[in-house]
Amino acid sequence: MLYREAGDFKTSYRADSQTFPIRLDRWAYYAILAVAIFVVPFVIDDYWLNAIFLPLLIYAIAALGLNILTGYCGQVSLGTGGFMAVGAYSCYKLMTSFPDISIAIHIVISGLITAAVGMLFGLPSLRIKGFYLAVATLAAQFFLVWLFNRVPWFYNYSASGQISAPERTLLGVPITGAGTQAWATYLFCLAFVVASAWICRNLTRGSMGRKWMAIRDMDIAAEIIGVNPLRAKLSAFGVSSFFVGISGALFFAVYLGAVEVGAAFGIDKSFLILFMVIIGGLGSILGSFLGAAFMVLMPVLLKNVLVGGLGWPTDLAAHLEYMVTGGLIVFFLIAEPHGLAQLWRVTKEKLRLWPFPH
Amino acid sequence: MKTLLTSLALGAALAAGPVMADLTFPSLSYRTGPYAANGAQFADGYADYFALLNARDGGIGGERINMPECETGYDTEKGVECYEATKDEGDGALIYQPLSTGITYQLIPKLAADGIPMHTLGYGRTSVSNGDVFKWIFNYPATYWDGASVAIKYLMDENGGDLSGKKIALLYHNSAYGKEPIRTLTELSQMHGFEFLELAVDHPGQEQKSQWLQIRRERPDYVIMWGWGVMNQVAIQEAANTRYPMDQIIGSWWAGSEIDVLPSGAGADGYKALNFHAVGDDFALYHELEEHVWSQGLGAGGGEHAGSVLYNRGIYAAMIAAEAAKKAQEIHGVSAIDAAQMRDGLEQLEMTEEKMAELGLEGFGPTFSASCTNHGGSGRVAINQWNAGDQTWSVLTDYIQSDQELIARLVEEDSTAYAEENDIAPQCE
Repeated sequence: MLYREAGDFKTSYRADSQTFPIRLDRWAYYAILAVAIFVVPFVIDDYWLNAIFLPLLIYAIAALGLNILTGYCGQVSLGTGGFMAVGAYSCYKLMTSFPDISIAIHIVISGLITAAVGMLFGLPSLRIKGFYLAVATLAAQFFLVWLFNRVPWFYNYSASGQISAPERTLLGVPITGAGTQAWATYLFCLAFVVASAWICRNLTRGSMGRKWMAIRDMDIAAEIIGVNPLRAKLSAFGVSSFFVGISGALFFAVYLGAVEVGAAFGIDKSFLILFMVIIGGLGSILGSFLGAAFMVLMPVLLKNVLVGGLGWPTDLAAHLEYMVTGGLIVFFLIAEPHGLAQLWRVTKEKLRLWPFPH
Repeated sequence: MKTLLTSLALGAALAAGPVMADLTFPSLSYRTGPYAANGAQFADGYADYFALLNARDGGIGGERINMPECETGYDTEKGVECYEATKDEGDGALIYQPLSTGITYQLIPKLAADGIPMHTLGYGRTSVSNGDVFKWIFNYPATYWDGASVAIKYLMDENGGDLSGKKIALLYHNSAYGKEPIRTLTELSQMHGFEFLELAVDHPGQEQKSQWLQIRRERPDYVIMWGWGVMNQVAIQEAANTRYPMDQIIGSWWAGSEIDVLPSGAGADGYKALNFHAVGDDFALYHELEEHVWSQGLGAGGGEHAGSVLYNRGIYAAMIAAEAAKKAQEIHGVSAIDAAQMRDGLEQLEMTEEKMAELGLEGFGPTFSASCTNHGGSGRVAINQWNAGDQTWSVLTDYIQSDQELIARLVEEDSTAYAEENDIAPQCE
């Protein structure tokens, strides 16, 4: 009734091919964006920032990145943690080597460095596919973590092998380090998220995205119709790693402030982000956000309900958290194998017909 | 979805309501994950000591103690969440003791900015012992570098004062924690002419076949082990399997508790470890704990781990926090102290034999007194040895003084670098 296409006339090609063709969708998008930009920064406190918003935003970028590679181009990757580490360590080296350059530029450059590394590790994808490629990217994961542990130059020869973000500012407002304000770091990350999602969305519906999807659906057929697999696969690895690198840089510099590579960027992280993409929905921008939200918020919510609300012992709650989150993952995948994004798509279809489904 | 979840979370957080208590000592514990067996014992000791103070004395100086517990799982991301969740609890958290070197590194700048002190009892960043740079962080009574230095000193004594030509391996947890002693040991190897071998074990440390193969091949005269959690049990089991002599292994104080050696049974007999406090339950305080806490059903683990090395360490950590709070109340003349006053208490804390005896912990730890510049204590560490027959740790040596000259130099180097990187002006005149 309310949610419908009828009566929403498009009079130009531009209007016809816009991201949100349905008016209500568009309004909802602008409303969420307006709340995120104009309301949240004024009410956010340290707990909401560090426990909910920063991880949510940063993991959303990582999930977007992996979704490009796995969801759109069909190349399974288990090296996400390693690529995040590349982003984090590039950012650290840049921050400490060029302290006068804006942190925003450092983060973008970290993304570009990660893109280069990602393309290098994407080379095997030209010969190997599927599970075998997953194993090859797993090698990237272990190699990169080993490298950052092994070569002291990466952590500036610090005694403990930890990297810590010094204070860096953007337009005079501290973004990294201890003296940051909640609103500033939040808006900084939000800007990266909005830009990433916007770029991803437009890349995936342009010619590049169509090439990726052709490769995903059937690589031989794609090659026959003129898609160059070398360029399509490597560009997917490059773009994907770019976003993963940005999220790694933000994860280290803005969110945690100090990391050690083994604990922060281990294989667990690769799996976590892969789960986000699978639960959210492969090949969906919205799915990346939903998946990140699910994996970040579920444990925090359960913890707050069980420990804060019901006063249960912390260890019991932590174990239950694993069980409930695991159970929900299985439930969602059985109920909708294509992820939360597909659930939303189905709901939309139903809404369009409602209240006259026949 | 998002808004629903967050509003639910908010609802739950509000439903819990603030716990009104005057002195808040958050416990960032871990009772899950690969380090749970060790973390739980420490957390029990920490909780039981505060429970005793509440039950017996009605808190500290008439103010009741509130100890919100938060599960970190030894994970830095959860550590951040726990810190943010607990720092404003009640009238604000007074002190943090995260029992994780990784979380410590993360919290050092945050706590300095928020003005809350942290005490890392024999863990964390060693160079915070320079109070001139690290105003809010304390790590007495001994640091990792003290531990490494004492281990080598002990081996020197064993070998008639000469280690030249010997080969010493460091088997370490490949993290900030495990890497801490490397710098000291490298310096010491140049000083004393022994060959130093580094063997890293990746988190969580269940897989050590290749490291022990290397030990078999290289045949080091001694193995120093900087392990934690399940890594310790596996290492000791592997050592027993490869018949490496147990009395030639020295664990750090985090690799020297009962649960580390018990799984290897008789094979672990003779294993040595560093320690900076007493073992066992032969203290007056234990009778009080029995009377006021365990028998009342208030014990965190029901007194199950009482007297274990890590339980005692939890008690020690809580005792230092409580004594610092008393000191702060004394300095400032108020009972409801805040975090800044707590810091003053920590900085002027003096641990004497009389004070420990008065608390029912006679001879429990080394004596030390903190000052504006010295946040690292006296640096005295003892060697313990495991006796598998009667399943006890025996104290092998007195407290040995570490090489203060070397450590002071290393601390100076590292903390100055930190101060420059972060633009910190010295706080002590």
